[in-house]
Amino acid sequence: MTPRELAVLGLAAGGVFFALVAAVGLVRLPDLYTRAHSTSKSETLGAVLTLSAVALSFGTTMSTVKAVLLLVFMFITNPTAAHAITRAAAEQGIEPWTKEDDGQ
Amino acid sequence: MTLVENVLLGAAAAFVLTSLVALYRIVDGPTMPDRVIAVNVIGSNVVIVIALLAAAIGEPGALDIALVYALLNFLLSIAISKFTVERGGVL
Repeated sequence: MTPRELAVLGLAAGGVFFALVAAVGLVRLPDLYTRAHSTSKSETLGAVLTLSAVALSFGTTMSTVKAVLLLVFMFITNPTAAHAITRAAAEQGIEPWTKEDDGQ
Repeated sequence: MTLVENVLLGAAAAFVLTSLVALYRIVDGPTMPDRVIAVNVIGSNVVIVIALLAAAIGEPGALDIALVYALLNFLLSIAISKFTVERGGVL
């Protein structure tokens, strides 16, 4: 195995791990704001790691530049979209979860 | 099939599986923004899967499709959150 193959493997494994963490958070966390937190952070990191694996696997061509552009775009827009959605939810009057809601 | 191609295809399969998990939140989601967040997650997963397949099957033109899909995905989230509140000041 060359160092490049090792790096692609490691980055792809890290990306899949963080995407799985985001999916678990999306299903298991108690309310909208915590779910948005989980997806906007973990999912963005997973996307960035996986797309850097893609960029690395192309070698040095024009496609690498496109993959890096895609990476930067997702790094900027993913948290922005989550912020816009949660802010719209807050303006609609959806209350954040507190510990009392859980019956404790 | 080289090792790198196998790794990329496996990662694509894992991302499809996480999208199926996010489908639960779309069906169940108590409020509308929950569903929007889940749709957004599935959209970014689709972008990543397209990029992974472009690298795995050696079709670099598919990266352009992934770029346009990422733009549309962002536009969808902003448009939904802008038009569901009354005065639309979401950003």
